[in-house]
Amino acid sequence: MLLQDKYKQLIDAANAGGVSNLKVREQDNVLHVDGSAPDGATKDKLWSVYNQIDPDYRAGDLIMNVDVAASSGSKAKVTTESTNLNIRKGPGTDQPIVGKASHNEMVTLISKTNDQWWLIKTDKGEEGYAYAQYLSPQ
Amino acid sequence: MKFFKTYLILFLISSAVFIGCKPKDSDLQAKVEKNLQGSPETSGVTVDVKDGVATLSGEVKVHNAVEKAAASAQDVNGIKSVVNNVTMQAPVVEAPPVEVNSDATMMQGVKDATKDFPTVTANVNDGVITLTGSVKRSNLQTLMMSLNTLKPKKIDNQLTIK
Repeated sequence: MLLQDKYKQLIDAANAGGVSNLKVREQDNVLHVDGSAPDGATKDKLWSVYNQIDPDYRAGDLIMNVDVAASSGSKAKVTTESTNLNIRKGPGTDQPIVGKASHNEMVTLISKTNDQWWLIKTDKGEEGYAYAQYLSPQ
Repeated sequence: MKFFKTYLILFLISSAVFIGCKPKDSDLQAKVEKNLQGSPETSGVTVDVKDGVATLSGEVKVHNAVEKAAASAQDVNGIKSVVNNVTMQAPVVEAPPVEVNSDATMMQGVKDATKDFPTVTANVNDGVITLTGSVKRSNLQTLMMSLNTLKPKKIDNQLTIK
């Protein structure tokens, strides 16, 4: 369980930050950390601890799949770098674009398709699938 | 005839020894073993009998099996006392194995995750995502966050970071 020692600070931060359903498992020499953070700040904190322990994520010995807990009907902020967020007909970048949400716009989360895609609705009434990485549940 | 005589003599001697002695440790041990084997809860316990004293050792899984093992030995006639070294096995928490997505599922996900980073090439093979090409350091975390949600076995980051 050497990896658990290496990433102890990360696991401690996850516990301290109130990450729910926290699972820490080692498989094939990779530590898998799964869970649900109560807010975006906690998730960001975990990623900064990860980057401190393994600068630039080079070691290839950790998979951290910690999302931000969000329920259907709640709001999320569009956190693209600067551009608009595409809203698509289906969950996949090969799907046609049916709308756009602007940077920092607040949208409504309808349902989570998977860890990558949310079905969302804008205040203008546009509905479709958006990439979860660019949505920060509020 | 000669052989028969030899056997007869041996038989008489051994009978005399057997009748004249206390129960033999090996017989007692066999009886205790039979009792222990009789219950699945105590079948993992081993016994060693010396001078009528049964020493039990091994691990059991259920709480009352420690006492049950002692009783199995105590019940045998000729056992004078029982030294019970049986311990409870520490419960093993079986964590479910880590779920790894199929390469096909991951390839679609990788395509979505790298769409905004055209200088990054991502290959998926046997559950492992290998990243080559280059990326700006300011975009690295966003990219890694996305890829980490795809449930890969491992991410091999060979990116040149600018």
